[in-house]
Amino acid sequence: MWHSLSRIFTMSVLVNLVNTATSCSTVLWRGFHTSPACHRLQKLSRLRVVDNSELGKQAMLEGKPPRIIQVYNKNGIGTTGDIVLCAIKGLKKKGVIVGVKAQQPVLLPRTDSNNVVLIEDNGTPLGTRIVVPVPSCLRTILKKKTHAKGADYTKVLSIATRFV
Amino acid sequence: MAFYVSRLSLGLELRRLGCKTMRCSGVDCRSSSSTSTTLAPRSLADDGKTDKLGRREKKNLMMSESVDKPDLNLRFKYPEMFPEPFMIWRNPVKEKLERKDMLARRNCISIPEFYVGSVLRVNLSNIHQPDKVSSFVGICIERKETGLRASITLRNVIDNLGVEIKLELYDPRLLKIEVLRLERRLDPHLRYLRDAPPEYSTFPLDMKPDINRSDEVPLNRIKVKLNPRPWTENWHKIEYKGIDESIDDLITNKWKARRELLRKPWEKYDLMKTYRATLPEEEMEEILTEIKDDVEEHDRKHSRRQS
Repeated sequence: MWHSLSRIFTMSVLVNLVNTATSCSTVLWRGFHTSPACHRLQKLSRLRVVDNSELGKQAMLEGKPPRIIQVYNKNGIGTTGDIVLCAIKGLKKKGVIVGVKAQQPVLLPRTDSNNVVLIEDNGTPLGTRIVVPVPSCLRTILKKKTHAKGADYTKVLSIATRFV
Repeated sequence: MAFYVSRLSLGLELRRLGCKTMRCSGVDCRSSSSTSTTLAPRSLADDGKTDKLGRREKKNLMMSESVDKPDLNLRFKYPEMFPEPFMIWRNPVKEKLERKDMLARRNCISIPEFYVGSVLRVNLSNIHQPDKVSSFVGICIERKETGLRASITLRNVIDNLGVEIKLELYDPRLLKIEVLRLERRLDPHLRYLRDAPPEYSTFPLDMKPDINRSDEVPLNRIKVKLNPRPWTENWHKIEYKGIDESIDDLITNKWKARRELLRKPWEKYDLMKTYRATLPEEEMEEILTEIKDDVEEHDRKHSRRQS
């Protein structure tokens, strides 16, 4: 986990550098990790917010993408359709993972970034639109997770623009 | 040179021991990028005029040429029909049964000729979207495994997000496979497109088929410029023909020195390595004669259905 953390840290520093010191023409990459990248979504992994909520957009622009601080499943490793608790701009928000980088089984899509859609505790999404395609398996998974007395996660599906 | 000769003599020794595989064509049967077969062992045996073995080899050649043999180039068309040449994994009965099942599936849907680098459209029946056919368009970046578990990976950039789907070719959930652009690339796989700018793997979802009906499949010699590090794999370690030379600007001098150390220029002369990595020509012919009639009939049937 250390290398991914350090990488994330360097990345955020880089983004900040680019943002603040635009006069600097080249920023050198100092890779000090020695093992391949860990694609597991666990506590402290960074995510990319893909809805158009103000909070998410600001956090991404500042170069401080949300971190997972809890994965609500048994093994603690998030995959497509899992509900996570995120730390974003000093707030705690829940989110639905809608795209993962890790290797996927046959017929399930794998994306180039780990995507999340922010939701309220009752399942209502913060944004009004998801700007990237989401896997169609979410339909089944989120429907299964929704209970009559709990949160209604299927509202996320209604703001999706494209399914793959 | 001495190294080469010793390897060659080892090869001849093998043949003397009754090993029938030295006529293997020296090309990995799964790599679609190389069409010209380098028959290194055979041509060298022809040069040795005083060698008894060489003469015997010539005689055998003369005899075998008179018999009508299947075109070995067809092995690039149906790569999943040929088992992987690792002796531990081989099981002739299982392979035969799998071929039978594959032909049965080919009778139902058309699995066309395509290569790594071709653009495909697949229609799938999706359990998550019942009474709807979902389809995916993308470039084939990888072709893996053989037999019934043969799989491909399609990649496309949709709404500025790279999406990949792995499919099994003989999966009954697959309804249709359509080739939109038939071409080959320089490398056995194109996983490096993950670390390249999106324009190299962007294809419109409503793409029209664009196939020139010539006999030869065109080879796309495009060189891909990679993004700066970090990458998903160490692309500098292996010399990919499809990666642009500008990759040298993206790595440090220390890495370049390391790459020089890792280089193995002698491997192409390693006959034993080639022998282990290839299927014997005899076995390939056997499989081709076994499947030839069926696949031809399926091709005719599906082309008739299309027209």
